[in-house]
Amino acid sequence: MNTTTATFAPTLPADWRDFLALTKPRVMSLVVFTGLCGLLAAPGYLHPVLAFTAILCIAMGAGGAAVLNQWWEADIDALMKRTANRPLPGGRMRREDARDFGLFLCFTSVIVMGLAIHPLAAGVLALSIVYYSVIYTMWLKPRTPQNIVIGGGAGAFPPLIGWIAVTGEITLMPVLLFAIIFTWTPPHFWALALFVKTDYAKAGIPMMPVVAGERSTRQQILAYSVILLAVALAPWAIGGVGAIYGAAALALSAAFLVLSARVAFRQSQPGDTMKPEKQLFAFSVLYLFALFAALVADRMVLA
Amino acid sequence: MTPEEEKEFVRRRKARNVVIALGLFGFVVLFYFITIVRIGGN
Repeated sequence: MNTTTATFAPTLPADWRDFLALTKPRVMSLVVFTGLCGLLAAPGYLHPVLAFTAILCIAMGAGGAAVLNQWWEADIDALMKRTANRPLPGGRMRREDARDFGLFLCFTSVIVMGLAIHPLAAGVLALSIVYYSVIYTMWLKPRTPQNIVIGGGAGAFPPLIGWIAVTGEITLMPVLLFAIIFTWTPPHFWALALFVKTDYAKAGIPMMPVVAGERSTRQQILAYSVILLAVALAPWAIGGVGAIYGAAALALSAAFLVLSARVAFRQSQPGDTMKPEKQLFAFSVLYLFALFAALVADRMVLA
Repeated sequence: MTPEEEKEFVRRRKARNVVIALGLFGFVVLFYFITIVRIGGN
């Protein structure tokens, strides 16, 4: 870690909107949604005030981890067009302020979760924060092209934590929800990496298209989509959910597989618009929202 | 610090104070209701 960003240390106090931006509110919306779905799909009852608190803690934990991620990666972010204007590389905030804000969010979320909801939920929340900010951001992301596969684990925690907040125990169903997001992440992110790869190469992050080549990345996208089809259908296969989820999972995963196949069996040309890759990326976000919505709808109908 | 910078400094500090106050108030209200629910539940 060097101190490039410290050279434009601002004299003005940072705007509060920049603190909010550090928590990655758009990523947080998916985190809140999947966490809420895990909570709603779990068997049992959680008082609405406590359910709200549990989701707030998951959101604060994810936000805090995102802040720590940007505190650590400010120099890398400065090199990429997509991230160069974030509060730290943009020179609008002191690095230490971001670190302290991130640590505050992380500790607060875990403590409140433990006191108000359940110690196991707090423990898994703490594990997810350490996993994302230390194991992924600091250790493995700059070292291996499998970084996205590993990072997928971090994003997969929210439904697991939401579920544990209700039941207080880890069973097969929430682990399968974890596995769905874990398997979904590589094709989701590599589709993005295919059309922004020049940026990652410039920042020295070993993204799969840069290290293993485009062809291999496209094949791996397809491979993960096949696994995703199986994993997404597993909750239905073990009888944990009903036909609504089963039908939705089959239709959505089949569409995901078709879009992935289009990406897998082509090569980009010079000046390529990368339309299939962009479509896969856009659909992958819709896929996760729709799949988890179906999970909750299924539970509501069964109950 | 120029007068414009000072004005901006005061504006930002005030905005941050308001956001922190709202956040703290929100937590006070949340903890009140958590306490009521947890006591009621036991």
